[in-house]
Amino acid sequence: MKARVMISLKPGVLDPQGRAIAHALEGLGFSSVQDVRVGKVIELEVAPGTTEAEVAEMARKLLANTVIETFRVELEPA
Amino acid sequence: MKAAVVVFPGSNCDRDMMVALEMVTGRRPLMLWHAEAEVPGDLDLIALPGGFSHGDYLRSGAIAARAPVMRGVARHAARGGLVLGVCNGFQVLTEAGLLAGALMRNAGLDFICREVKLEVVTADAAFTRAYAPGETIALPVAHHDGNYQADSETLDRLEQQGQVAFRYAEEVNGSARNIAGILNERRNVLGLMPHPERAVEEAHGNTQGRRLFEGLLSVLA
Repeated sequence: MKARVMISLKPGVLDPQGRAIAHALEGLGFSSVQDVRVGKVIELEVAPGTTEAEVAEMARKLLANTVIETFRVELEPA
Repeated sequence: MKAAVVVFPGSNCDRDMMVALEMVTGRRPLMLWHAEAEVPGDLDLIALPGGFSHGDYLRSGAIAARAPVMRGVARHAARGGLVLGVCNGFQVLTEAGLLAGALMRNAGLDFICREVKLEVVTADAAFTRAYAPGETIALPVAHHDGNYQADSETLDRLEQQGQVAFRYAEEVNGSARNIAGILNERRNVLGLMPHPERAVEEAHGNTQGRRLFEGLLSVLA
């Protein structure tokens, strides 16, 4: 089965990449863009029966840096 | 003084660190491969060098911080041994939780490779004792992820407890409160983005990094 960990910067943490992307979108004429935040999605193939808590532990121990990032776990049955 | 330099896959300043330590201490440091779970118990200093460990994958320093050798580094720090992390080594120390905060992409998004002016904020540490507090020095930086960030309570605490070792004396990478290097509470772990090991001999055009190593030697000799 698949597990998905969605990682985003905590609110208030400056995101220079997001800002650069926002500027580029503005340059393309997308005047509706007010803010951009860049995160990442990590997809894991895990053994059936793996729990959300187990994947959250992986996120806390390695996949996310909880000093600056928050994460959300989604499990997708095979 | 017995020193070791940790080598991760992708470290590229490990030899520079070795040469700087050997030049100042007269003893060749031990080179410790990242997969080594055992760290000798009689070391005075463990240095984590600059580079791009594990290709900076996931986050700079994130994978190296979980290497077997880091358990030994943490034990060494816990018994009061000195730990110096330069550039990627600083990133590894924050990722390992041995230093507060995190190092993020430079505010201007550019890789910055030049000499910068620094203020020595505290001389009250083995690493900085050969400098005068408030002194301005120059050291080279070469990094993409040197933008130091922490929440404001952490930053206040670092400042109040004198754990800020170096500050940029000019705008460099967007770091909170211009922090270039910090100590842990016990003052035996230092992480900094500038490269003292690249400023130790006349041929480097700058020898102001040498005093950092001389300070260590004067404590440990």
